[in-house]
Amino acid sequence: MAIEVRIPTILRTYTDGEKTVEGNGATLDELFADLESRHAGVRERLVEDGKLRRFVNVYLNDEDVRFLDGISTELADGDSVTILPAVAGGSGTAMGITGRR
Amino acid sequence: MRYDSPLAAVGNTPLVRLPHLSPSEDVRIWAKLEDRNPTGSVKDRPALHMIEQAEKDGRLTPGCTILEPTSGNTGISLAMAARLKGYRIVCVMPENTSSERRELLTMWGAEIISSPAAGGSNTAVRVAKELSADHPDWVMLYQYGNPDNAGAHYATTGPEILADLPSITHFVAGLGTTGTLMGVGRYLRERVPDVRIVAAEPRYDDLVYGLRNLDEGFVPELYEESVLTTRFSVGSVDAVTRTRELLQQEGIFAGVSTGAALHAAIGVGRKAVKAGESADIVFVVADGGWKYLSTGIYTAETTEAAVEALQGQLWA
Repeated sequence: MAIEVRIPTILRTYTDGEKTVEGNGATLDELFADLESRHAGVRERLVEDGKLRRFVNVYLNDEDVRFLDGISTELADGDSVTILPAVAGGSGTAMGITGRR
Repeated sequence: MRYDSPLAAVGNTPLVRLPHLSPSEDVRIWAKLEDRNPTGSVKDRPALHMIEQAEKDGRLTPGCTILEPTSGNTGISLAMAARLKGYRIVCVMPENTSSERRELLTMWGAEIISSPAAGGSNTAVRVAKELSADHPDWVMLYQYGNPDNAGAHYATTGPEILADLPSITHFVAGLGTTGTLMGVGRYLRERVPDVRIVAAEPRYDDLVYGLRNLDEGFVPELYEESVLTTRFSVGSVDAVTRTRELLQQEGIFAGVSTGAALHAAIGVGRKAVKAGESADIVFVVADGGWKYLSTGIYTAETTEAAVEALQGQLWA
C-alpha cells in the first residue's frame, strides 16, 4: 500500500532533500513509523507523547487530520499526505488563515 | 428583478449545478455565483452591511473617513459604497497585489496605502491598526473582527442558499476573514441537521509561504472553530487546476480562490461517493477572474505553465 508523503523544506534533511517520499501504513501513526525506518529522526519531529506535535499540520488528501482522527486517521492506497510546519506563535490553526480579502 | 438603486441589488445571486464537475448523479456540486454582485465579489454583502450598521448606530456619520486593511475585494466594495454615500476611504493593502486591484480601488476613489509584501494581509492589518491609533477620527470597520461581516451572510447568503436548495448537505467556502463560513455556517447549523461546514484555506508555495512566516500567525477575531466541520488546505497547483476546469468544463470564469473552494468541494464529494452517500454540496464563487487576467493563468497552454505564472503571488 503506497502513500505519497509531501515533506516540507524544513524536514528535507531527513529525506536527502527529497520533496516527496513514499510510505506505507493503515493509519498515520503507522505511516510515520514506516517513514522512520528509512528516514531516521523524522518521526520525533512530527509526534510527541503519541500525538501530533502542536506546531505540525498534517493533511490527508488536503484535509486537516485534526478534524479527522488525528494521528489515528486511517489511510488507504493512493492517499496523499502533506506535512507542513505551523507558524511559530500561531495556534496551530492560524497558518494562512488570512487570505486576500 | 427590479431594485430601487444599485446598492439595493446586492445579493440574490444564482445557484447553479455543475453537471460536469459533480462526482456522480447523487453527489451534486452547486456554485453560488457571488461574482454577480454589483462590484463583482461576495464582499459587497459584508461591506454594505457593515456600513449600514455603522450608520445605524452612529459610528459612521456624514464626512467621515473609512479606513480598512484589504487586499482587494472588500476595499473595492467599500469604496463603491463610500463614493455613493459620500465618505472618504483609505485602504491599506500589501504591495504585491495585482495592478487590477489598485486600478479598481483608485477608480472608485479610494486612497491606497501600501504595506510591505512580507507578512501579506497580516501586515496590512497591523499597519491599519497603527493608522487607526494615529487617526482616532477615522472609522475602521475592520472586516476581520466586525460581527456585521458574518451577520451579512447570516442574514442573506445563508437564507438564499437554503431557500434554493433545502437538501443541502455541505457548505464550502474560502477561509479569509472567516465571515462567510461563520455567518452561513451558523445559519445552516440552526436549520439543517448534520450539515457539514467546510473551509478551504490557501496554501502558498515555499516562496510566499516563507514571506508569510516572517509574521505571527493571525486568527481573525470572527473565527470560531466549532462552526466548522473540517478544513482543507489547498495548494496553488490544485487551486489553479480547478479554476481552469471550472472555466473549461462549466463555463464559469472565476478567481483563483474559487478554484481552491471547488477543490475542497470535490474532495468532500469524493468522500461522499466512497461512503455511498448522496450529497448536495454548495461552494462559493467569491469573485470572477477579471482581476487575475494579468497572471496569464486562464490562457496558459498547460496547467504547469499557469502555476508557474502564479509563482510568488498571493491569490486568495
